[in-house]
Formats: sequence, C-alpha cells, structure tokens
Amino acid sequence: MIEILEKKDYRQITNEIHLEFAAVSDNESFARMAVSAFITPLNPTLEEVSDVKTAISEAVTNAIIHGYENRGNVTDRIYMNCELKKDMLEVEIIDRGVGIEDIARAMEPLFTTRPELERSGMGFAFMEAFMDDLEVQSEPGQGTVVRMCKKIGLGSWIGSEE
Amino acid sequence: MEEDFRVIDNYLMIRMPTEIDHHKSVNISSKADRFILSREVQNIVFDFSQTTFMDSSGIGILVGRYKKISCFGGKVYAVHTDSRIRRILLLAGVENIVEITE
Repeated sequence: MIEILEKKDYRQITNEIHLEFAAVSDNESFARMAVSAFITPLNPTLEEVSDVKTAISEAVTNAIIHGYENRGNVTDRIYMNCELKKDMLEVEIIDRGVGIEDIARAMEPLFTTRPELERSGMGFAFMEAFMDDLEVQSEPGQGTVVRMCKKIGLGSWIGSEE
Repeated sequence: MEEDFRVIDNYLMIRMPTEIDHHKSVNISSKADRFILSREVQNIVFDFSQTTFMDSSGIGILVGRYKKISCFGGKVYAVHTDSRIRRILLLAGVENIVEITE
C-alpha cells in the first residue's frame, strides 16, 4: 500500500479517498453513498450518479458474495480507493478473498457461480455498461482488484438520453 | 421506505423499497416465496414507484420469482418503472419474461 502511494504521480490528482470496511452486506449502501458524495463537487447529473452507484454496488457485492464467499465476517475487509483527476473518477475495489480463476468467463453476461443466491450474472456487464472503463485483476487465493473510471460532468454536453 | 406485500385475488403486489441491492433482495425474495406457497398466488406485480436505486440484485429477484410461478402459468409484472429502472431491466434482457410498464 505504502509502496503504491510513493510511486503515484500526484501532479494530476485533485482529490483522493481510501476506505477500508468490513465485507458485510450492510456496507453495500455505505460504499455507493460514499462514492456519490465524493463526486458531488463535480456537479454530476442524476444519471451519472446512479450509473456510478450501480457500478460500485455491483463490485462491492461481488467482493462480499464471491470474494469472501458470502461469509459475512466482520474481519474480512474491502478496500476502496477513489481518486479524481479533474473530472475523471477512478475507483479501485480490492478484496483479499478467493480470487477469480477465469476472469474472461466471470465477465461474460449471465455467467454466475452462485445461481442458488439468485445472482443474475450481470455484475461485470453492468459495471462495463455504466462506467467508461473496467479492468479486473485477480489471482486465485490472493484476491481481486476491480478498477473502473468514468468522466463526470458530461451531462450538460450530451443531455439526457431520452 | 420498506417493502410492502399485499394479496389481491391471485395477484401478489409487492411495493419495492427505495433502494434494491443484494442486502435488501435476500429478504424480499424469501418473503415473496412464503406468499407464493401459503397464499397460492399466481401472478406477481412488482411496484417500483418508490424505488430510486436498483442494481443487478433486482434482476435476481424478478427472474427468481418468474422461475417459481411460470410453470403454473403465472406472470411477472414490473410497474411504475422510471427510465433508470427500465434501462437496467432492458440491459439484463428480462423484457421477454417480465411485463414492463411505466
């Protein structure tokens, strides 16, 4: 962690938060509220806020259900790092859980390893659809890092889709 | 706003909560299943009029209930959906099994 901080080029970064929270399902709403509060100064549209909240919710839920196998242990931790480079939001969601063996497979729409929990297999598809960019790194037994970014404040340029 | 369940004829009406995520969905699904079994409802109507946030867990609730009632000829409806809820439902491709109205 410290190593990462030292290497980072801070000339571009205008704001940054690091959060560590227990991998329990109550924190799904905490995580998405925190990020939506973090981007508020950028004057995001409702659409952008809801896109970001959905993507964060998917990533954190994945960490809880799949990474930490839905155990609900308070000692299991999720790390969420957010940074702003002007109007570009970058979010990292990290767990130290079981990891993903086949990332390409996991990212296929409708693919799920937990159908018994009524998971729709749409988590990564939603993250891809609602954010500008998505990157997943994982090592079985080591955990998973999900990186997403999205440009905020484009609403006034594009206007609403409808 | 919490979810609310009501049976009218053979329809189970479920008013969905303000926010639908994995944390909330577990409760809604199990409560709905108890109604399906005990009250022998045939169709389910999900009312999204109070809902401002939903992630893919909401898809799980709808598809899961569809699987439970479709074999008896039951139907699933999603009503009072705003543009964001509709976008999520359409992205997941559930429009073929769920009747979606505004």
